[in-house]
Amino acid sequence: MTERQSYLDAPHGIASWLLTKDHKRIAMLYLISITAFFAVGGIFALGIRLELLTPKGDLFAPDTYNKMFTLHGVVMIFFFLIPSVPATLGNFFIPIMCGTKDLAFPRINLLSWYLYVLGGMLGLAAILGGGLDTGWTFYTPYSTSASQTSVSIAAMAAFVAGFSSILTGFNFIVTVHRMRAPGLTWFRLPLFVWAQYATSLVMILGTPVIAITVLLIAAERALHLGIFDPKLGGDPVLFQHLFWFYSHPAVYIMILPGMGVISEMVAAVSRKQVFGYAFVAFSSLAIAILGFLVWGHHLFVSSQSIYAGLVFSIITMLVAVPSAVKVFNWTATMYKGAVSWDSTTYWVIGFMGLFLIGGLTGLFLATLGLDIHLTDTYFVVAHFHYIMVGGQIMAFLGGLHFYWPKMTGRMYPEPLAKASAILVFVGFNLTFFPQFVLGYMGMPRRYHAYPEEFQVLNVASTLGATVLGAGYLLLFTYFLWSLKKGAIAPANPWGAKGLEWERTQSPPTTFNFEEDPVIVTEPAYNYRPPSPNSPEIAFPAREVKHHG
Amino acid sequence: MADSHTTGEGVMPGGPMAGHAVPHVHEHHDPNLQHHFYDMDQQLEASTLGMWVFLVTEIMFFGGLFMAYILYRHWYPGDWAAASNHLNVWMGGGNTLVLICSSVTMAWAVRCAQIGSRKGQIVNLIFTILFGATFLVVKYFEYAEKFEHHLVPGPHFDPALPQQQQLFFSLYFIMTGIHAAHMVVGIGIMLIILAMAWRGKFGPKYYGPVEVSGLYWHFVDIVWIFLFPLLYLLGAHLGAGGAAH
Amino acid sequence: MTFPFPLFPPNASTVATEVDLLYFFIVAVCAFFAVLVTALIIAFTIKFKRAHEDSVGADIHGSLALELGWTFIPFVLAMVMFAWGASLFFRLATPPANAMDVFVVGKQWMWKVQHPEGVREINELHVPVGRPVRITLGSEDVLHDYSLPAFRVKMDAVPGKLTTLWFEATKVGTYPIFCAEYCGTKHSGMIGQVTVMTPQDYEAWLAGGRSTGTAVQNGERLFSDLACITCHKSDSTGRGPSLLGVFGSTVELADGRKVVADENYLRESVMNSQAKVVKGYQGIMPAFQGMVSEENLMQLIAYIKTLKPAPVADKAPGK
Repeated sequence: MTERQSYLDAPHGIASWLLTKDHKRIAMLYLISITAFFAVGGIFALGIRLELLTPKGDLFAPDTYNKMFTLHGVVMIFFFLIPSVPATLGNFFIPIMCGTKDLAFPRINLLSWYLYVLGGMLGLAAILGGGLDTGWTFYTPYSTSASQTSVSIAAMAAFVAGFSSILTGFNFIVTVHRMRAPGLTWFRLPLFVWAQYATSLVMILGTPVIAITVLLIAAERALHLGIFDPKLGGDPVLFQHLFWFYSHPAVYIMILPGMGVISEMVAAVSRKQVFGYAFVAFSSLAIAILGFLVWGHHLFVSSQSIYAGLVFSIITMLVAVPSAVKVFNWTATMYKGAVSWDSTTYWVIGFMGLFLIGGLTGLFLATLGLDIHLTDTYFVVAHFHYIMVGGQIMAFLGGLHFYWPKMTGRMYPEPLAKASAILVFVGFNLTFFPQFVLGYMGMPRRYHAYPEEFQVLNVASTLGATVLGAGYLLLFTYFLWSLKKGAIAPANPWGAKGLEWERTQSPPTTFNFEEDPVIVTEPAYNYRPPSPNSPEIAFPAREVKHHG
Repeated sequence: MADSHTTGEGVMPGGPMAGHAVPHVHEHHDPNLQHHFYDMDQQLEASTLGMWVFLVTEIMFFGGLFMAYILYRHWYPGDWAAASNHLNVWMGGGNTLVLICSSVTMAWAVRCAQIGSRKGQIVNLIFTILFGATFLVVKYFEYAEKFEHHLVPGPHFDPALPQQQQLFFSLYFIMTGIHAAHMVVGIGIMLIILAMAWRGKFGPKYYGPVEVSGLYWHFVDIVWIFLFPLLYLLGAHLGAGGAAH
Repeated sequence: MTFPFPLFPPNASTVATEVDLLYFFIVAVCAFFAVLVTALIIAFTIKFKRAHEDSVGADIHGSLALELGWTFIPFVLAMVMFAWGASLFFRLATPPANAMDVFVVGKQWMWKVQHPEGVREINELHVPVGRPVRITLGSEDVLHDYSLPAFRVKMDAVPGKLTTLWFEATKVGTYPIFCAEYCGTKHSGMIGQVTVMTPQDYEAWLAGGRSTGTAVQNGERLFSDLACITCHKSDSTGRGPSLLGVFGSTVELADGRKVVADENYLRESVMNSQAKVVKGYQGIMPAFQGMVSEENLMQLIAYIKTLKPAPVADKAPGK
């Protein structure tokens, strides 16, 4: 294809970025902002792990520690994980994968970024203006009556960021329904789109509930209402129900997009169709729907009725099944594939291993009699970090590697990418596996001092966190480096199938495609070997060899 | 999937332009067509679907409040009825009528846009706005009354009343307050639509914004239709005469 | 082989063994699948390594048999876990009838324990081995959680209501108590020790402890001091219903609902008397919210539970 100006270069100037309607530019704006918040959340994590090196609470004052774990959670969840894949890779690639020029509502897309930034500013205001010490879960009555920190500002930060999420989800839904290119039926869509679509359903249905819940917290604090205050006839457990009604589906907002990325990567690194395409597609929807029916598994010891406990436990078991189905399908995709040994494969395999452990450990917590012992301990902390960090962040970073050449037009250094994948995988396991053991022994969450016999495992965990942090720093450094010094990337460095690889430049032009309209005539992942009868090769040859 | 555009492989493409021969060429000239849409139909369909999806989020937003209401009413039915008695059924009922009328004029305005009647749009939009404003004015008087009678939750709440009634009023103010905020936004939107209608922007080829704003307006109306009986009609007003407590 | 640091909690209650068994069962299932999938991934990566730049994978779409298989088998295994867990959960939620009572109130940042015989403790809990203990939990302020990992049990202490947990200790010794629901500044300081003693040692400890009156005695005193007795007479002449035999009975309310008078009902009637007015009575009982501590409530409830109807022919009034 003739080289045209990429979306990065045209138009020029900061105003053209800040007022852009181009989904790709908005994706990059998000990428920069969420990276900044990841650093903030990471600093809090560092503080936590440093404190936990010793059994006594001797590094920080108790209130400071309580603010650190709270803000670590709030920042990482609301300002990093929830937007991570959808707002960056989703924004960038959904229109391209649908064969269209932009999302359905480009201005609303820009608005969603500004709302995110506004929410972030409010979050920073909360951090700098006294912090927040309620836990990211804001449980009442502590958050409404006892806490002396910037609860209402933090609640408003979450409220505003929530609307950013809602607008992203709503944009994706309309785009997928109404803007697919001719010939692009649902079952020809890449699985990334299915995963994002399922995620968007959760975003629009769940996020409004957390919005009203945090609004109620702020209202209760400001106006001395008693909706959650037992002294005024209110019920603190009602808060937990309202909170988890969103926050459980929220974890699926966090993981489903990562699963979508992995589907794409597994197909590309194996040069093979995703095994069981329809099953993987429908399992995304099943997870999204079932995910709304399990919130009570966070309330097994809260005084919730035992009958409710039974219902929530059994449905939680059900929601595990589609995730298992996906893992088996991804594995089967690699069977008789042409599996690359590039760094992208490292990230895929890393995700599979860590998500496997994370997902399986959910079974322990879904099992009622056992959850009594494990809930509110480090076992839960380990479980969700395996999924959120081991799973989602590894998928996100893997996706960044996979799509980096397309988004930036540059290649990152291959040996360093392998090194960072290994550092992240090893560091992560060392950080969080000991926490399963600590949890079974009973070490509660959110403790800044602990009995001496737990120290060795805590030290191991902190050591792991250092290695993990090194992996992230390395990654950040070479990605930045690559923007100026990386090899120029071809349009299709992986020889992968898909509109984004075969019909756009690296980086794409502002309106994505040369042809107008794009017409799609084959299913996704239609890898086939070159043969005399179909003289065109299955994919364009790579033009430039990358390093390593 | 309801709208899967199934086509045979390699055959004439279907999709959003099914039925159009060369889809986008002549539509480029409609000044209201945004660049990323193929044609006005796709634009209208996308906007309408978008508004429906947004309204679903609003249902979930209010849903949390309705959930809290249902639970507390189940636990404290006596207090709930007693507190409801303090509300002014006439003002609430009047407001309900006002909103229903506003929905009628709104729907009429949409129809006028579809058939290109500029005068019809303007008249109906103005009435819709007036009805909405009337609602808010009545609300103001209602709230003022509550304030005078120490029914606003917080430190000035009437200490003679049980706590559970304060809970009722907390929910009352939050639910009707958020609803009123939505009304204010709705009126703002209507003013913008009115300005556009005045400039003659809408007609059979382009009426999406009116239709979509109409959907929002109807939704806000429907929320009130749920709020009114749940909040106002619990007590024994109708037997006891109906004036505020 | 003993490690220099522990890797497993002590097994000190009747349910601990089963909880641990269930845990190991799930570990085994998970380990099996983890190893299987990992081995397959590694095997496939090696065996199907991309031979040259242009290689593509085989044209395989899927297999219904495999999909059904790997949907059904995990589903069945998950149902086994669910069933076992649910059965254990029911047992954990049902204290034996002969359990001895202990009342525990959490408050920022300590655990206040009272034994029915009158002995009180702060952050400590002494119990006899081999006897089921039922803990009634309350909170003075925010959410707390009474966690006894050696017994594999925990339960939230929720302000505004009473919750229950029970255990039967099987091994003499001392084990940790943690607060497991974040409650503010000294959340990690809200810890203690449960001391399991032989029955003789326990009796001796009880006798030696400074008693401030048994829970029932204190409750009776409160009943009089707070003037409950003025309205809740033991016949039907009082302005309030008689409380003889009320605990555990089914009460009909003014609005027609019928409720069982359990601990939470009694607590709510004291704290927030308008919520459930008994049929045939006026809603004139003052609310004692803010005037009675959670500990006092537990003593009142202990006392009310002892009120039995007179053994004479007349039925207990005030139903």
